[in-house]
Amino acid sequence: MKRKTFLKSLVGAAAIAVAAVGLPAFAQETIKIGEINHYKRMAAFAGPYKLGIELALEEVNAAGGVLGKPLEFIFRDDQGKPGEAVKIAEELMTRDGAVMLTGTILSNVGLAISSLAAEKKYVYLASEPLADAITWEKGNDYTFRLRSSTYMQAAMLAEEAAKTDAIRYATIAPNYAYGKDAVAAFKKALTALKPDVEFVAEQWPALFKIDAGAEAQALERAKPDAIFNVTFGGDLAKFVREGGTRGLFEGRNVYGLLSGEPEYLDPLGDEAPEGWVVTGYPWAEITDGPGKLFVETYVARYDDHPRIGSLVGYMTVQSIVAALEKAGSTDGEAIRAAFADLPVSTPVGDIKFRAIDHQATMGAYVGTIALKDGKGTMVDWVYKYGGDYTLPDEEVMKLRGSGN
Amino acid sequence: MGFFIAQILTGLANASALFMVASGLSLIFGVTRIVNFAHGSFYMLGAYVGYSFMQVLPGAWGFWTSILLAGLVVGVIGIIVEMLVLRPVYKAPELFQLVATFGVILVIQDLALLVWGADDVLGPRAPGLKGIIRIMGEPVPKYDLALIALTPFVAFALWWLITKTRMGILVRAATQDREMVGALGVNQAWLFTGVFFLGCALAGLGGAVQLPKGGADLLMDFNILSAIFVVVVIGGMGSLPGAYVAAVLISVLNVFGVNYLPQSTLALMFVVMVVVLIFRPFGLFGREEVAGEHGQVGEPERPIKPAGQTARMIVLAGLGALAVLPLLGDSFTLVLLTDIAIFCLFAASLHFLLGLGGLVSFGHAAYFGGGAYAAALLVTYAGTPMELALILAPLAAGLTAIIFGWVCLRLTGVYFAMLTLAFAQLLWSLVFQWGDLTGGDDGLVDIWPSEWASGTTTFYYLAMVLCIGGIIMLRHTAHSPFGYALRAARDSQRQAEATGINTKHVQWVAFGFAGAMAGIAGGLFVFSKGSIFPNELEIARSFDALIVVFLGGVKTLAGGVVGGAALEGAKDYITRFEYWRLLLGLLIIFVVIVAPDGIAGTLRKWAESIGLMKREDQA
Repeated sequence: MKRKTFLKSLVGAAAIAVAAVGLPAFAQETIKIGEINHYKRMAAFAGPYKLGIELALEEVNAAGGVLGKPLEFIFRDDQGKPGEAVKIAEELMTRDGAVMLTGTILSNVGLAISSLAAEKKYVYLASEPLADAITWEKGNDYTFRLRSSTYMQAAMLAEEAAKTDAIRYATIAPNYAYGKDAVAAFKKALTALKPDVEFVAEQWPALFKIDAGAEAQALERAKPDAIFNVTFGGDLAKFVREGGTRGLFEGRNVYGLLSGEPEYLDPLGDEAPEGWVVTGYPWAEITDGPGKLFVETYVARYDDHPRIGSLVGYMTVQSIVAALEKAGSTDGEAIRAAFADLPVSTPVGDIKFRAIDHQATMGAYVGTIALKDGKGTMVDWVYKYGGDYTLPDEEVMKLRGSGN
Repeated sequence: MGFFIAQILTGLANASALFMVASGLSLIFGVTRIVNFAHGSFYMLGAYVGYSFMQVLPGAWGFWTSILLAGLVVGVIGIIVEMLVLRPVYKAPELFQLVATFGVILVIQDLALLVWGADDVLGPRAPGLKGIIRIMGEPVPKYDLALIALTPFVAFALWWLITKTRMGILVRAATQDREMVGALGVNQAWLFTGVFFLGCALAGLGGAVQLPKGGADLLMDFNILSAIFVVVVIGGMGSLPGAYVAAVLISVLNVFGVNYLPQSTLALMFVVMVVVLIFRPFGLFGREEVAGEHGQVGEPERPIKPAGQTARMIVLAGLGALAVLPLLGDSFTLVLLTDIAIFCLFAASLHFLLGLGGLVSFGHAAYFGGGAYAAALLVTYAGTPMELALILAPLAAGLTAIIFGWVCLRLTGVYFAMLTLAFAQLLWSLVFQWGDLTGGDDGLVDIWPSEWASGTTTFYYLAMVLCIGGIIMLRHTAHSPFGYALRAARDSQRQAEATGINTKHVQWVAFGFAGAMAGIAGGLFVFSKGSIFPNELEIARSFDALIVVFLGGVKTLAGGVVGGAALEGAKDYITRFEYWRLLLGLLIIFVVIVAPDGIAGTLRKWAESIGLMKREDQA
């Protein structure tokens, strides 16, 4: 009797497989891109990103598509799990007829897809994940990355920090790879520019479980001249509030990685920490050029302002369109070859996918947080070109190793 | 000195919300024996509901009223959940209800996203308590002091409710012996509903009261879950003073950890829990569990027997179908089935422990992930070929299980479950923190099968052979003398001991064996995905397995496999929809209600009732 129920599992598995096979095949006349993301787990970031993609798709297809065909994105949710993402990537490429893959915010998911891309020879454009490893230590022939990496953004802030007299630095970063990379990059870049700096405290709160009061106390105890912050999301809100209440930021320079992005700044409302020097996206302050045009188009389309994710999503489509047009076909190898030294015109200006490490030269906006009409924004900002903030070519080559 | 005091005050303030949420969980468990995984969701709802009230109610009066209202509203939501979802399944096997609460988590996650949107919400500051007070020169936020003052009032009110009121007497009686309370004519259903209201209201209060120290976001439900379980277990399940002491202990230690050992943030809590449980197996203030609660709730289990001739033929036919599938299906079907098979083996190994051994492991991901990491580390650092790595993975996982099992098996019941969870978390934090070796959360990548097995079809066959082989081996073990001894130890330890079975030894071996089987699944997983990340060791992974074992049916031999195949298959389909968490949550709740014996168990009953299968007693 039990064996029968055991059997049911096998039959059930087969039935599921058959049902899955039976899903309707999509019409074949579009060019399909497989987009994998954590739409639910990271809803605040993935939502605007998807809107940015859809806006760009509407524009591209209204203008006749790519290679004479409409461009289509297939959006899939990986639940934030690398293993799921790999499975979905296989499905998109082998069953749904996607010509290449893109997406992900979490670095570990990006790394998992990148490894699959190299193994199965699928082209993968990592749009949002920041980990340096994606284009350096674990870089491979088939993976490209759009956004400026952790190292690039930390180096931009280090450049600003080196201009001040601050000597004693404290760091606070979530206790995981992104936080550690960011602190290491900031230290490396700042020490190179200003060898006499000291790092007097390093705090490592667990991601999204910060004990902000205790962290603020610990930082205060070290009496630093300046603080480098990598916390974000809910952790950032708690840190800003506890630190502000306890006077931690008074008379200190604070450098915040990504803290100026609307995703993180907006929820802080009128408690946005004025005076912090941050990387971010000052969408409301951009007054001319393609950057302004993008903001206007986006606001007109969605009646909401763009986030950094919207910008990245939009630029993802632009990059893919440019690659397809340069390749002149949807063949994987042709697309891959096209990405090398591919120039793309975007809202942040002209960028290029570097042939040496497949990293795009998209930069970041660096500025100071200020309050306007009860909301945080960035003033005195400059756009720093990503290509100026990477490691020297020899070091990049060494990191990427000989194999790939 | 001032700094020292300021730290302790910070710890006490942090303990406040933690205590409220944890005491709710403790109450619910104490009376209903439900391990309420959804408790974090009620905490999250409290934060959001409190925030919404604070937007409309002005001033200090409005602020505190909002907190109370948040508690009330969440309590009412708790009642709705209890009546709609949990009442139908009280008669189900012990711990089965946790599957239902898991469904509730998913539903609440998507509903909260629908109602409050994706953006994080910053909590309003408490009117009149925005600044700081300097104590010996150290700044202490006024609201922290308010929380420190408030908590004893909540604790006192609870104490009064529990010790001085009739409801409290009933609650205490039910905590000790709920059957007796029922026999004395107390309407258990309403008692349970009342306790659920109180517990959820406390969670809601906790969520609302922490608003000025942070806010509300969609990840806070899972983020607080491990902390409140740790507090409840350290304090002793069902003990309110224990919950308070444990909340303070954890919070204060955490503050000192942050200051003196900043890297400790991931592991500290679990280290404390392991230490406490080793010296006080039932927590600081807990009592030994009433013997015989486990594996014996609900109708008695049927004896298992080997499959008959026809059943074997049908299984063979099923295997044949799987064998010829590569000729018919596309390559993704094979990828999907490989995934499902790996998950089924993982689930079956937990089912072996849980169903046959009565050993509820909440940390089974440790062995799945352990095996996976063993294989990945061997490949990365020693260039081990896949074949050898697949042999060593179960050995490593089995060894891990034997080590963990040695400590965990000193405890029983829910404390055992919690200790396995703590060990899994320790392993997770080790892997997460030791970035130089394990790559931290950037994981280990580029671990692909050997050349001969790298094709999708070949790997499919390899995975099928190992997974089905493993599942059959687990089944075979169930029918062996060892399986009988294991079930004897589960059903009556004393009688088993009297017949000469060394029950602890048998359970220990079973723990190691199940761990090794999970290790095979883990090893295959690495090579099928090409990479491994710490999330395969996370609590969520352990829960996945736990859910499918219950969903499939604890009391049937095929439960793990049926549940695994059903849930993985359903997930693959459902995650294509926008609100997939809502759908999946509702589906789980639906299955739980219509199939309280699990899918396999209920199908069997249906088959019997319409005469497709012979009843056990006639056989």
